[in-house]
Order: sequence, then C-alpha cells, then structure tokens
Amino acid sequence: MSLRILVCVKRVPAPGARINVTDDGQSVETAHLGFTTSPHEECALEEAVQLTEANGGTVVVLTLGPPEAEEQLRYAASVGAHELVLVPTDGTAWDPQRTATALTEAIEAQEAAGGAFDLILFGNESADSGGFQVGVRVARALGRPIVNGIKGIEVGAESVTARRAVDAGSEVYELPRPAVLGVKEGLNLPRYPTMRGRLASKKAELVTAELDVEAGGQRLVALRQPEEQVSNTELLGDSPAAATAVVDLLEELGVLES
Amino acid sequence: MTVLVLIEHDRGEAPEAAWEGLTAGRHLAESLGCELAAVVAGEAGAALADEIAEYGADVVHVAEHELLGDYGPDAWAETVRQLIDDIEPTAVVGVGTDRGNEVLAHVAARLDLPFVANCLAVQPGDDPDDADEPWALTRVQWGGSLLEDASVTAGLKLLTYAHHGVAAEPADSPGAGSIETFEPTLGDAEAVTIIRDRAVESQGVTLSTAPVVVSGGRGVGSADGFAALEELAELLGGRVGCSRAVTNNGWRPHRDQVGQTGTRIAPEIYIATGISGAIQHWVGAMASKKILAINTDPEANMVVKADYAVIADLHEVVPAISAEIRRRRGG
Ligand SMILES: Cc1cc2nc3c(=O)[nH]c(=O)nc-3n(C[C@H](O)[C@H](O)[C@H](O)COP(=O)(O)OP(=O)(O)OC[C@H]3O[C@@H](n4cnc5c(N)ncnc54)[C@H](O)[C@@H]3O)c2cc1C
Repeated sequence: MSLRILVCVKRVPAPGARINVTDDGQSVETAHLGFTTSPHEECALEEAVQLTEANGGTVVVLTLGPPEAEEQLRYAASVGAHELVLVPTDGTAWDPQRTATALTEAIEAQEAAGGAFDLILFGNESADSGGFQVGVRVARALGRPIVNGIKGIEVGAESVTARRAVDAGSEVYELPRPAVLGVKEGLNLPRYPTMRGRLASKKAELVTAELDVEAGGQRLVALRQPEEQVSNTELLGDSPAAATAVVDLLEELGVLES
Repeated sequence: MTVLVLIEHDRGEAPEAAWEGLTAGRHLAESLGCELAAVVAGEAGAALADEIAEYGADVVHVAEHELLGDYGPDAWAETVRQLIDDIEPTAVVGVGTDRGNEVLAHVAARLDLPFVANCLAVQPGDDPDDADEPWALTRVQWGGSLLEDASVTAGLKLLTYAHHGVAAEPADSPGAGSIETFEPTLGDAEAVTIIRDRAVESQGVTLSTAPVVVSGGRGVGSADGFAALEELAELLGGRVGCSRAVTNNGWRPHRDQVGQTGTRIAPEIYIATGISGAIQHWVGAMASKKILAINTDPEANMVVKADYAVIADLHEVVPAISAEIRRRRGG
C-alpha cells in the first residue's frame, strides 16, 4: 500500500519571552528572531514520513508564505519529505479564505500532475494567526472529509482511523479515504535531521507555484500587545532553606490539607 | 434580527463554554437590540432548554435527527447551515473550543463566508441593518500572547469567542426559552465524521483541572529528575506538568505539556521549576491563581512574572519542600 501524502506547513517566527510588534502594527517584529514550523505541523510531517517509511510512498510538503519559507521546506526535506512546493506571497499575512483558496488550487495542480493524495495533513491551527479554519475550507473545497484535533492516525485500505484527544481520553473517528486531518502536537515525537538528511535537503527539488487569488472578508487592522500582568515577585529565598517559606505559603493558600 | 448561539454539548451535557457563549451572544444581541436564539444539535440537547433560557435566550432551536445522537462536525455544521436558511440570523456565534471552532469553520466553508475565531470583543457597525458595514473585532493570536484588531465584512457574521474570554453569567431576566424543534436533512456526507467510539484514558484529576501543578523544564535535566516532582505533586494532590523542551527530549509524554500547543492550566498554585517562561509556555500557565518559580536565574521570564520565587537549584529545593511537608504532617 504505497501512500501519497501531502502536508501543509506554515513558516512562523519563534519568539522568546515576548512578542514585539512592528511600528505599523501590521506584523510581528522579526528582526532578531529565528523562524520555525508550528509544532502541530512538525508532527504532521513526522507522521507522514513514518507512514511512507512503513508503507512506501511519497511525502509532498506545501507551504504558502514569503520566499524565505524555503527554509521550512528544506527543513522538511531534511527529515524525510520528498517533494517541496512553495506558493509565494508578498510577505503580508493572507486572510484564511484567501489562503485556503490558494492552497486548494495548488493541491489540485499537484494532483493533476502527480496523482491524487491518499491523505492530506494540516496543523490544527497555525501557531501565529490561529484562524482554526484553513484545513476545513480546503477539505470542503476538495470534497473530502476532515476532522481536527487528531493525535493518533491509522491508515487502512479503505479508511483512516483518527483519534482526537479530549480531556479524559479520546474520541475515535473513521473517515473514508482520501481524507484530510488537522493534527496536534503529541501525535508523535518528531525526529531531528541527520547530517545526511541536511545535505540531501539542499538538493531536493522545490517547485514554486505563483497564484493570484482574491482576498476574503476578514482584514487585519493592527496587532497589539495584551496588557502585561505586572507582578512584584516576592522572593522566598535563595537556598533549600526557602522550603519553610514555601510550605507556609502552601498552607496559606489552602492546598496543603490532606 | 437574531443572534444565534451554537450550544456545545456532549450527548446532553454542556461544558462551561456553552454558557460563556450564551453570555457573550446575549451581550451582542443587546448591543444590536435584537433577539437571542440558541441551537442545540440532537434531542438530548432539549434538556438544556431551561438553563439556556436562564442565560436569556428567547428561542431554543432543537435539531432532531438520528445522525445527531453523537457529535460530528459535518452533521452539526450542516444542521446549523439549514437553520441559517430558515431564520436568517445576523450572526452565529460559538466559543473557541475544539468543537466550537471546528463547527463554525465547517459552517463558514459551506457558505463561503469569513469566520473569525477566538474573539475577545465584537463591535457591530453603526447601522445594524446594513449588512455591508464592517464589524470591528478584537481576537487573539499566538494562543493569547498577542491581540489582533480585525474587521470583517460579510452579510452573516460567523465567529467564536475565546474560551475563558467571557465569564458565564445568567441574564437579569431570563428569556422565554421556547423550544422549536426542527428536522434537518442529513445523509451519508454528514455521517462520515461522526464519533465512532470513545476511549477513556485517565480518571480523576487531569492537568487542566488539578488544584496544584508542579512542572519541570529543561532545568530538570533528565526523565529521572522528574521523580522528585512526582513526589511533591502527590503530596499536594496535584499533577506533574512540563515544558516543551522536556517533551521534545522525550522525558515526559506530551499530555503533560503546559502551553500554547499543550494544555492550559488554572490551578490554585503553579510551581514552575527549571522553566524559563517562554511566551508559548506562559500563555498556558497564566490563568493560574498563583505562580511560584524555582529557578537558578533571577532574570528568567518565569521568575520576573511569578508571584513568588526561589532562586536556587531545583534539585535541592524540591526535595526540601517535600521533606518539610512530611515533617509538618508528622511523618
Ligand atoms: C509555535 C510554538 C509553540 C510552542 N508551544 C509551547 C508549549 O506549548 N509549551 C512550552 O513549554 N513551550 C512551547 N514552545 C517552546 C518555547 O518557546 C520554549 O522553547 C520552551 O518553553 C522552553 O522550555 P524550558 O523553559 O524548559 O527550557 P529553557 O528555555 O532552556 O529554560 C530552562 C530554565 O531552567 C533553568 N535551570 C536550569 N538548571 C536549573 C536548576 N538546576 N535549577 C533551577 N533552574 C534551572 C534555567 O535558568 C532556565 O530558566 C513553543 C514554541 C513555539 C515556536
């Protein structure tokens, strides 16, 4: 059972203690930041690679983003993706409808050229804008079923069994193939690239698919910081002797009874 | 004019989020001067009608169909879409839980309309009757670390409110809550995404409900290093949590991870040891009532933002706290 799997990923900044915004409020200040792929999507990619390692097949990784998103595609190749597709933007944030329309077109073109995908994986939500909808819109446009929040996948001959984590356990869904899933971190433990993987990724073929689609009805006006919780941290000590003060505090908070 | 609220429930049981959604929907209906209606998918939801009325709903639309016995995103979304055709609401709102965002996204995809997820504030246009006038919204990005002021232009507004963004509050005067049943047309296309089965994996307190969470970060140094944290958590009837650095190293399972891509916690006290306090960790922990940071670095973000701190090696401090608790309990 050879599988053809598509994974959609997004390049996002990796901020540390604070997320700063540019003066015009239109984006995150990234001058001093590295970039990464959202944890959900790293797991989507790892799952796709594991599935093709077990069954044979191809992993195609698709991203819509600035030309610099090539970095995330090369990373994907370094951990096992076979084909890379970039839908370039002008670097501005595209709204969810526009993003979904462009991705759908790109996927249809990929399928026309290389065959239908057995499985398409999205991250449950993007790490930055968090619109919670692009995967659903694409699946609907392609006429395929989708379930979100997935932390376990088994691919059968006719169907895909997907496990969704809920507070005390999980819900099980069974979708006919071809299917689309929105996955969450925790699905697996993504591997790190090997030196060989890194070298190979430099040579992996990257297809650029220019697409021009109309904006949707949601528009970003400005980003801003939430009011910061200011706290005057009370120092309880600088040695293990602080245990006395800590337990006094626990007593005071009423969490010590039992 | 009507604001329609999607009531989340699991086979007739409504989570807190359902009441948050009704509260937010009521405020929106008040600002528009219009009717508040609710929709529940499945007969089991009818039992919620009285409580829904307490939150101010005038009408409760109960959708009845054999495919609505359990949750399925397509069955729920198609139900809502058909009700939209019937009652032509101005806005359909839910809460940004897994199910809330999923169903609204499916409704939006069906209608090819915008959907704005996880709003904190919603300001309708000046003329509520003018569908082309944009609404101004504030929503969260980065799981709550950043705010986005946005505008949305659409004949029908589809949105969710951020979970825990509004506190659930019954109405001063309850609504009529009159039940109107309707039977949507659903078939195979909607049946494919209905829950097939369930597995219960943990019982008792979970990370998200624990009164005390004792977390470890990279500073713990190894999987074995968590034994001391386990011991302290157990003495306090709490749970062990961790940072993503820890799950990435395979020291703890992902279900223990606190943060943007992990679990959001709200304990009485959060004890964060060897965790630097990156923003993605912080958003998962910031709802804690009190935070105690144990860290060797007095400048660590976790320490700066915490209510209390101990600046010392966690490997010495954590066992000392457990020992002190045992001493006071006389054993
Ligand atoms: C999109 C995205 C989503 C993310 N989601 C999450 C998430 O859900 N949850 C999450 O946690 N992270 C998340 N991260 C990762 C996050 O940015 C940080 O990398 C991570 O939280 C760091 O973990 P840490 O604090 O354990 O490690 P570090 O940042 O390395 O901090 C270790 C701390 O331990 C202290 N220390 C070391 N030794 C000791 C000792 N002996 N005693 C006491 N203190 C000691 C150090 O002073 C330091 O403060 C996400 C990142 C991205 C980009």
